[in-house]
Amino acid sequence: MNKVVANADEALHDIPDGAVLMLGGFGLSGIPENSIAALVRKGVKQLTCISNNAGVDDFGLGLLLQTRQIKKMLSSYVGENAEFERQLLSGELEVDLIPQGTLATRIQMAGMGIPAFFTPAGYGTEIAEGKEVREFNGKQYLMELALHADFAIVKAWKGDTMGNLVFRKTTRNFSTSMAKAGHITIAEVEHLVQPGELDPDQVHVPGIYVHRIFQGKDYEKRIERKTVKM
Amino acid sequence: MALDKYGIAKRIAQELQDGMYVNLGIGIPTLVSNYVPAGISIMLQSENGMLGMGPYPAEEDIDPDLINAGKETVTVLPGGCFFDSAESFGMIRAGKVNLTVLGAMEVSDNGDIANWKIPGKMVKGMGGAMDLVAAAQNIIVAMMHTNPKGESKLLPQCSLPLTGVRCVKKIVSDLAVLEVTPQGFKLLERAPGVSVEEIKAKTAGRLIVEGEIPEMRL
Repeated sequence: MNKVVANADEALHDIPDGAVLMLGGFGLSGIPENSIAALVRKGVKQLTCISNNAGVDDFGLGLLLQTRQIKKMLSSYVGENAEFERQLLSGELEVDLIPQGTLATRIQMAGMGIPAFFTPAGYGTEIAEGKEVREFNGKQYLMELALHADFAIVKAWKGDTMGNLVFRKTTRNFSTSMAKAGHITIAEVEHLVQPGELDPDQVHVPGIYVHRIFQGKDYEKRIERKTVKM
Repeated sequence: MALDKYGIAKRIAQELQDGMYVNLGIGIPTLVSNYVPAGISIMLQSENGMLGMGPYPAEEDIDPDLINAGKETVTVLPGGCFFDSAESFGMIRAGKVNLTVLGAMEVSDNGDIANWKIPGKMVKGMGGAMDLVAAAQNIIVAMMHTNPKGESKLLPQCSLPLTGVRCVKKIVSDLAVLEVTPQGFKLLERAPGVSVEEIKAKTAGRLIVEGEIPEMRL
């Protein structure tokens, strides 16, 4: 069993135009930087991207917006990107805004083999339009469907050659669930290690979910809002 | 005199109880953590995946892998822990988070809240707000009583797209503390020096005033 590939270009070689991608990260934290750069190089178009945010103008998914490679975004919050807003208002870009917890759980359910679930989030609002409503114990819930992707692309702190992944601090965010929801899951890691080097008790994503893994490089880890103690 | 944002945060901090797990939204709600009463210990939940969120770091301790839901660099306190977004919203939906404090553009007198969208103007997205308001046990809204034009933001019915329905329990504004009841906004306290008449004039929704209304103690 060898899941290791040389780099992002090799990992993403078979992503076609029109593919549905999941990309991990929250804001710019924990995003798959190497893979995003490789998608820009590859020039693959008409992408549907499922990601909590859309990056900023010149980093993260903002890079794929600049090159007009994204057809549709599924996100919970896209407020930090002027180019995104421009493309959306001009009709070049489609967007599905999804409550953050609903988005997380739709992805999680795909990884658990559960097709749908009920959540109270969004009941009585415009996002409830067209959705089945059910009452449980006197409270109203919306039915939401599991969300799958052709390719899930995540960045972990450490990973071994078997695909087991470990994350650091708040970078777990959407990445652990996305890793389980991809038809093909690609992981880039800051530290690629040999089997046995990760403590099995501390693995966040079991290797069974991960198909390709590579040692990333040159992580910029840009900070969106630097705040310090007064 | 009407409260400023720090006064609103200070008054909301009086609602905190020892042992509470609390989610604070962006803006005025974030300031609440500066006024936690002495002898009370709470745990802050950040919906991107952390319990035990601490203050902003010193310059040398900044870590790009450690941010809050507002994407600001933060720290984690001893006893804190990390988890993923699915788990984070699981604990919110399951009612484990005791108190949510968030801002609002409009609240109606039956507890509906609008705080995510201005049609034709703003397309930023709801983030975690719809999940939080639909599931939190207790929701306090921190807001200005009127908009910059002087129009009431406490309405008979929200005009903006809703974030959640019948969910707000309490409002702390620059003018008053109000409880949302089946009969409308019940006035509980006035900001220091603010008259009941002024609050009546600036509240468009149903307002219940019973007996003497005390001033807030800050």
